[in-house]
Amino acid sequence: MLMRLVKFSPWAIVAALALSAVWLVQYVVAEAAQPLPIAVFEPGEDRPGGAATSDKALDRNAFSHSSANMPFERELDFKIGNGFFKRIWGSAPSSTQAADGLGPIFNAKACQRCHLKDGRGHPPAGNYPDDTAVSMFLRLSIPPQTEEDRRLLAEGRVNVIKEPTYGGQLQDFSVAGVPAEGRMHIEYEEIPVTLADGETVSLRAPTYSATDLGYGPMDEDVMLSPRIAPQMIGLGLLELIPEAAIRAQADPDDADGDGISGRPNEVWSHKHERLALGRFGWKAGAPSIDEQTQSAFNGDIGISVPLFPDAYGDCTAAQDPCRAAPSGATERYANLEAHGQIVDLVRFYSQNLAVPARRNPKDPQVLAGKKLFADAGCAACHTPRWTTAASAENPWLGEQTIWPYTDLLLHDMGEGLADNRPEGRANGREWRTAPLWGIGLTEAVNGHTNFLHDGRARSLLEAILWHGGEAEPSREAVRAMTTEEREALLAFLNSL
Amino acid sequence: MNKRSGLMTALAVAAALGAGPAVAAEPASVVETYADIAHAKYQDSLETARALGEKVDALLAEPNALTLAAAREAWRAARVPYQQTEVYRFGNVIVDEWEGKVNAWPLDEGMIDYVARDFYGDMSDANRYYTANVIANEQLQLSGRTIDASVIDASLLQDELHEVDGIEANVATGYHAIEFLLWGQDLNGVEPGAGARPATDFDLENCTHGHCDRRGEYLEAATDLLISDLEWITAQWAEGGEARAAVVDDPASGLVAMLTGMGSLSYGELAGERMKLGLMLHDPEEEHDCFSDNTHYSHYYNAVGMRNVFHGRYVGPDGAVTEGPGLADLLPEAERNALAAALDNSVAHMQVLVDEAMAGRPYDVLLAPGNADGNAKIDAAVTSLLTQTKAIERAAAALQVEGVGIEGSDSLDDPAAVMQ
Repeated sequence: MLMRLVKFSPWAIVAALALSAVWLVQYVVAEAAQPLPIAVFEPGEDRPGGAATSDKALDRNAFSHSSANMPFERELDFKIGNGFFKRIWGSAPSSTQAADGLGPIFNAKACQRCHLKDGRGHPPAGNYPDDTAVSMFLRLSIPPQTEEDRRLLAEGRVNVIKEPTYGGQLQDFSVAGVPAEGRMHIEYEEIPVTLADGETVSLRAPTYSATDLGYGPMDEDVMLSPRIAPQMIGLGLLELIPEAAIRAQADPDDADGDGISGRPNEVWSHKHERLALGRFGWKAGAPSIDEQTQSAFNGDIGISVPLFPDAYGDCTAAQDPCRAAPSGATERYANLEAHGQIVDLVRFYSQNLAVPARRNPKDPQVLAGKKLFADAGCAACHTPRWTTAASAENPWLGEQTIWPYTDLLLHDMGEGLADNRPEGRANGREWRTAPLWGIGLTEAVNGHTNFLHDGRARSLLEAILWHGGEAEPSREAVRAMTTEEREALLAFLNSL
Repeated sequence: MNKRSGLMTALAVAAALGAGPAVAAEPASVVETYADIAHAKYQDSLETARALGEKVDALLAEPNALTLAAAREAWRAARVPYQQTEVYRFGNVIVDEWEGKVNAWPLDEGMIDYVARDFYGDMSDANRYYTANVIANEQLQLSGRTIDASVIDASLLQDELHEVDGIEANVATGYHAIEFLLWGQDLNGVEPGAGARPATDFDLENCTHGHCDRRGEYLEAATDLLISDLEWITAQWAEGGEARAAVVDDPASGLVAMLTGMGSLSYGELAGERMKLGLMLHDPEEEHDCFSDNTHYSHYYNAVGMRNVFHGRYVGPDGAVTEGPGLADLLPEAERNALAAALDNSVAHMQVLVDEAMAGRPYDVLLAPGNADGNAKIDAAVTSLLTQTKAIERAAAALQVEGVGIEGSDSLDDPAAVMQ
């Protein structure tokens, strides 16, 4: 009978298959855990940069596109800014007066050399000479030595007291005839961490030192802080989050008792000669994209700019051969190596690198991860949503609802992440909440998944497990998650 | 589409409705011509690249001044149709995603071959491939990772070396890599003269600068790869190809691609990154074809390429004509005449740069600091492109249906205000 049915009625087969499929589904559902509860999809969260969000291809150029709503007539400025961002600076003197002035000591010859593909830098794969692909460096400072030092710090006129010989950072390259300052040396120690589901994750704990010193020993109290080049997307939007809104979220003494403080950094604006809210850099040490850009030109490449007009960059008075090296400044260009117009174009470019659209924000696993992110308390510091203020400079970036997942405030991140080097109001355990937008595209853009201020984390999970201090309860919540929950959380982060 | 603006939205709406006064053609036939011309240009680029391949073979078989000169001539000839295709960038996603392999620029040529250290510098910095010199090194050992470069082939160039370490200046493939191998570095700064690589660099018997066999292999591999890349893109524009379908199946978006390409090439790319930047820096390295000193023609044929999209008429290197209804046929008379004049004006200003080069004053001489006359000629060409961009915007606005505005272009009305 069955044979005949099979033979003569194909529909019977279909029906039988359908029945067994239903049975299979019921069986599987009965065996599986309940589906994870999900958060609702919020309109707009799929476009983290608001109307400036980029819809271009998600390949390795994904971070290099301009704000989607930037007026066409600014395309020229954006492209020229990109040209300067990529441009390799040469050493002075050269035949190209408008294009020289590198160093004398420097970390890179071009912005793009560390901000690779406008994305994130990474630690070297080995110590010198095994690897010279450096897109990070060491900041240097010492504790205050004099009353004057203490006054400058107290008034916020300086963020740090620089190391007396080597200055504010270790430049590992130099032009011909001038010694380089030295090399960053990293030793890693693996520390296993066990999660609730039994999985073990190994965290690598770095120790930093400076070797091959070109100008004699450093001060014995020197404090080192490693810094990876951060991704460049969405900076113009972060700059437009209203200061009052950021300050409103601060809770320096944890008055609400939720274990999360959140302090604004207060740093010196060289442009306005007053204290200002710190927004940019791993410890929010720079008040604006303009000042961050100019300080990077001067400190990282050794180029004099309007705000930092010393052609010798970060060379100190104790570095004679460095201070005596030829300058690339000429009268023709305002006695600067990069005059105001160049700096303005690079700033404009940096303000308008677009945040890509999210890929799968409505995926049930992603929405489950979103709920877990909130429930674990991550969103207490990684504030999902803001509205930007109106902007005269870049009107199209103004009044946008954006989803950067940061509060731009400083938080105690515990001993494990501490660099023990204060910067402005940030103490040695505090770091600025890093924006999470675009984080899931790091691998596509940069070919790696190194995170945190020094790239020690080799995956998002490692980065989470490094969180301590105020973030410890959140980290423990993640550690206690089931495998399925953890995968959902990571799926959410990777969807950003 | 590279940049969104009201301009493009207006156009899409207008095109979708088939609106616009004094219409002498339908959008469907205009985008058909647009696709036909793309196919003809890429086909010509392919054929001239194949001709280059033959001259490269001849050079490697018998390296001497004559065979080298013939290969260089073939490279220049190959640039003629290719530069005219660049107007298809920015508007067509398929072209954009592919283009970086064939025309990436500028490059750190020390990755490929020997360089003059006093000119190029040997300072290492974050680009560890800055002086990697693949031709001289069969193995590249960098940070525990070894790249086996014993065989120089397409896979080594495109999969291992191109943009290695995420550094865009590590250009291993395309026209400019080939250009560097044929000419060598231009060590003349802002003085006349291009790169002067000797033919003996490819001579296995009397080899100069070492590794002539590998240098030949590199040149061969890069040329073959260029040919296969051009074969691929040509197929995309042939009947049934994806790039063709994207514009022909939806004439409204085809028109958007057309105007986006013209606008973005005129403005950000050519006027901005390729010309204004170099003029601000007065840097001879900031010219598009820096080894061969062929920049004047690269810019000239970019301008010609934009004009032939507008008119719907392209003349190939062999004189073959591809034509049909063009953008001009969709426009009201005033806008049509204004854009036609602007495009002619740009071509004329690029012709000035060509004439200067022919008179012994190539592009890198014109942008020298203190060369007021040369600087002014480049600046005039930039201004002509800005004027042209404005005319493109107005043409787009003219195609709009009533009530749809385009975003203001005050800065273009006042070119001095563009550089804020």
